[in-house]
Amino acid sequence: MGRLSVDLCGTGIDNPVIPASGTFGFGYEFAELYDINMLGTFSFKGTTREERFGNPTPRIAESAAGMLNAVGLQNPGVHRVISEELPKLKKCFHKKVMANVSGFSEEEYVYVSKLLDAEEQVGWIEVNISCPNVHGGGMSFGTDPVMAGKITKAVKAVTKKPVVIKLSPNVTDIVSIARACEDSGADGISLINTLMGMRIDLKTRKPVLKNVTGGLSGPAVFPVALRMVYQVAHAVNIPVIGMGGITKAEDVIEMMLAGASAVEVGAANLTDPFACKKIIEGLPAVMDSLGIENIRDITGGVRNG
Amino acid sequence: MHQGYYIVKENTKLTENVYRMVLAGDTAGIRPGQFIEIKIDGFFLRRPISVCDADEHTVTIIYKTVGEGTKALSLIKEGSLDVLTQLGNGYDLSVSGEAPVLIGGGVGVPPLYMTAKELIGQGKKVTVILGFNTKNEIFYEDEFRALGADVYVTTVDGSYGIKGFVTEALKETAYTYFYTCGPLPMLKSVYKNTVTEGQFSLEERMGCGFGACMGCSIETKAGKKRICKEGPVFRKEELAWED
Repeated sequence: MGRLSVDLCGTGIDNPVIPASGTFGFGYEFAELYDINMLGTFSFKGTTREERFGNPTPRIAESAAGMLNAVGLQNPGVHRVISEELPKLKKCFHKKVMANVSGFSEEEYVYVSKLLDAEEQVGWIEVNISCPNVHGGGMSFGTDPVMAGKITKAVKAVTKKPVVIKLSPNVTDIVSIARACEDSGADGISLINTLMGMRIDLKTRKPVLKNVTGGLSGPAVFPVALRMVYQVAHAVNIPVIGMGGITKAEDVIEMMLAGASAVEVGAANLTDPFACKKIIEGLPAVMDSLGIENIRDITGGVRNG
Repeated sequence: MHQGYYIVKENTKLTENVYRMVLAGDTAGIRPGQFIEIKIDGFFLRRPISVCDADEHTVTIIYKTVGEGTKALSLIKEGSLDVLTQLGNGYDLSVSGEAPVLIGGGVGVPPLYMTAKELIGQGKKVTVILGFNTKNEIFYEDEFRALGADVYVTTVDGSYGIKGFVTEALKETAYTYFYTCGPLPMLKSVYKNTVTEGQFSLEERMGCGFGACMGCSIETKAGKKRICKEGPVFRKEELAWED
């Protein structure tokens, strides 16, 4: 077991850096650039029952130290993910992948999770109850503890693989939602999905995004994400995957000190396709400088003021 | 895709808000119709800009200052930039026939330069139609002529060349195939008014520029495509622009 290895819901992974869903496709674009087997794992593109185009374009906007997206879960649908994307991925990635599942009804989450449960390449199921860019699904399940618990229970009933629930920051009390997921059998919590935001074009006076609103990600959200990871990690006894604005090795350490057992890296992959590789390679030196022998020992290591 | 640091050799103003930048670095594999992405200090997302020309050591881009990012880019005089190159599919020149026409509008003109250069190098008889709003926005007319192309310039206000849109010049042209790049209304007009097959270079706001974020997708007759990855160049028969 290397000094970067961590445990993720009962499965050891070589390092805690996981490319986040929606920023890494199904891996093979990045496999053209470097050997993605150096990753602990990655979370693949949010998958629904049917194929989806997502929202009309433009669906990307920039902001200070970050970006807004309103892609709206474009994906080929679970059947083609299984018949086309996973076989393609198998050629370049020999580890377990995290399957990111989304939906518009409890039935859809169950349908997609059940099919992916049968896939040997899938190591974890990450349930996205937090997409801010779709209407009548996604985030609406993640803003209500009762609904969050219900989806968790339903997915748990159809899979033996660890179930990680991905939470939205667009709520008043994230702790109550995390607790509801834990009480309903979740094996882990990942947070945060993007923060809902908006931009207006000054010349046209129209929203930059056709969808009007979109999800903010990038370094701008890091302190918000860190605070929420800290709150949730102190309230639950299951592993927490921290994400939101991580761009460098130091951010990984900070997120883990706040209580994360592993981290996901999202927007950074889009501005630097080598971001995760650089973060992983940068970790040992940063750990040395901070006197950290094994990274798994620092989870929740933040000291009280 | 290739990532590297490129040295700024030149960054000059061509018109009121259009600049030409020459970057020195690894240019292997850059094809006409592809684009590059530049990281600009202080801006989160890279800026995707089409390739105007490339030789063994340099890549040239021509860009318009449309927002804060490109404005900042226009102020860079020296140093090196973090650039992704070899992005997108580029134009397929193998299907041009003997007398292709290249139709560009505004900052859609630049990617046609390297395209014209390569086609002329292959011995093709190339006609170029360059469309601008007005006389003082015109750039690269002489450069295209120097390559040996037949060049027509149109201006919407008639202050130079043929008055009207690029389609005015197209009426007078005989061609075997077309390659085009420009604003969407112009592209749709070219789609309606061309009599042969051809290729369109599209643009969209991009997140990554290399196929990861699905930000710039388009519905085509052959399914969902990413403008940055399967595009930016699409064949006429792929685009559902009939209505």
